[in-house]
Amino acid sequence: MSELLWSERQKSTWRNKVGLAEMLKGGVIMDVTTAEQAKIAEQAGAVAVMALERVPADIRVQGGVARMADPQKIKEIQDAVSIPVMAKCRIGHFAEAQILEALGVDFIDESEVLTPADENFHVNKHDFKVPFVCGCRDLGEALRRIGEGAAMIRTKGEAGSGNVVEAVRHMRAVMDGMRKLKNLPKEELMTEAKNLGAPYELVCEVASTGKLPVPNFSAGGIATPADAALMMQLGAEAVFVGSGIFKSSDPAVRAKAIVDAATHYNDPKVLADISKGLGEPMPGIDIRQLDEKQLLALRGW
Amino acid sequence: MLALQGAVDKHIQMLSKLNIPCLAVKHREELGRIDAIIIPGGESTTIGKLLIRFSLFDPLSNLIAHGLPVFGTCAGLILLAKKITGFDQPSFKLLDITVARNAYGPQIESFEADISIPHLGEKAFRAVFIRAPIITEIAAHTEVLAGFEGNPVLIRQGNILASSFHPELTNDERIHRYFAHNLVGEHLKELAYKKN
Repeated sequence: MSELLWSERQKSTWRNKVGLAEMLKGGVIMDVTTAEQAKIAEQAGAVAVMALERVPADIRVQGGVARMADPQKIKEIQDAVSIPVMAKCRIGHFAEAQILEALGVDFIDESEVLTPADENFHVNKHDFKVPFVCGCRDLGEALRRIGEGAAMIRTKGEAGSGNVVEAVRHMRAVMDGMRKLKNLPKEELMTEAKNLGAPYELVCEVASTGKLPVPNFSAGGIATPADAALMMQLGAEAVFVGSGIFKSSDPAVRAKAIVDAATHYNDPKVLADISKGLGEPMPGIDIRQLDEKQLLALRGW
Repeated sequence: MLALQGAVDKHIQMLSKLNIPCLAVKHREELGRIDAIIIPGGESTTIGKLLIRFSLFDPLSNLIAHGLPVFGTCAGLILLAKKITGFDQPSFKLLDITVARNAYGPQIESFEADISIPHLGEKAFRAVFIRAPIITEIAAHTEVLAGFEGNPVLIRQGNILASSFHPELTNDERIHRYFAHNLVGEHLKELAYKKN
């Protein structure tokens, strides 16, 4: 047996944080509100669950202030499953984030789905041992969040809508932004960083590698296996499914089908097979019928 | 490269640095075209379910039992283990160890550390542990290539190599090279010998 080198042991490094995000690639992260739902998600093959008080579709209907979930509920969900448990805090609400870290959640989503606690500033995520995921609508927003310490990015989409159109818009914006940077000459990168409102060093990194320095997932409006496949083909490395599962007529069957779709996203024959007979998807909303105040994606700065 | 779910890209990047041709395996038919396989980190419950759903579990288990070289990292190690403490989940049961999942605690307990791997030279290996399992029991015929805090973390049993940490998340390709040269090399030589 080799010798111990205690002095070299370091917890919660940047590599540990991004590493967990790497482990979730090709998988599906599911919103759950009870331990029972968490078990259904794990049974279906989810790579992680997101513990919530209410799914986004209900937040949208019921209104009011949406906050971090009750720690008791998070605890019950942690006890029910062996896969990673994530939880949401409000944008800028670092005290909620501290509480979630103390609970030992595996990832915190600083999320626009909850009512923002700060309309100017996000949490300084470098201060935490637990990794964070944040939403974005375009490359500038993604790089600002990574600059603050997010170890995973998800495009926002429009949560609780059951409509994938915004998720597509945001993923295309991020991917287009990266393709553009890759083709810019070096002398234009500083001005582009200014235009994007993004840290210059991260702009240079993306220009050279052509991809984000952390995994890039997709969220907000994914309701079917085909939606998951679409987002993965557009560049998402994994998907979050919120209301899409437990607001459908047969959550267990749909959850399993979306897990299978995330693996075989570029195989239409398999997709055709797994999309059969899943029952009714969640109803969904035409985004054009919503006014600006009802859009969750506009939260975040 | 088993590519159902998990840290597939990072392993592929490592293999391409070593100029080793690699196929992402998602279908049963693809198993016929490989000389060795890597089972990546990810969620062992998810990968196990997908192996069964897409009819890869039995054929792959059979191939490994008959000598196909395999390298399992983290979830991959769990999927190879004979016994998983406290969980009833699918595993190949080909590696004679007992393993405890997430044994260091939740994600905030994830860590990295320098470990020494005598087979790979003097230079320490930076091992990245993420919600890592701990090998609690190990058979006498399973060789411990490296340990940390008294537990084996890199082990070999014939054609099976397994680590509880993630070499693919570093730039150190020594373990991947060891797998290719030793386990895969030996296997290919043996196949050639049998043919003749």
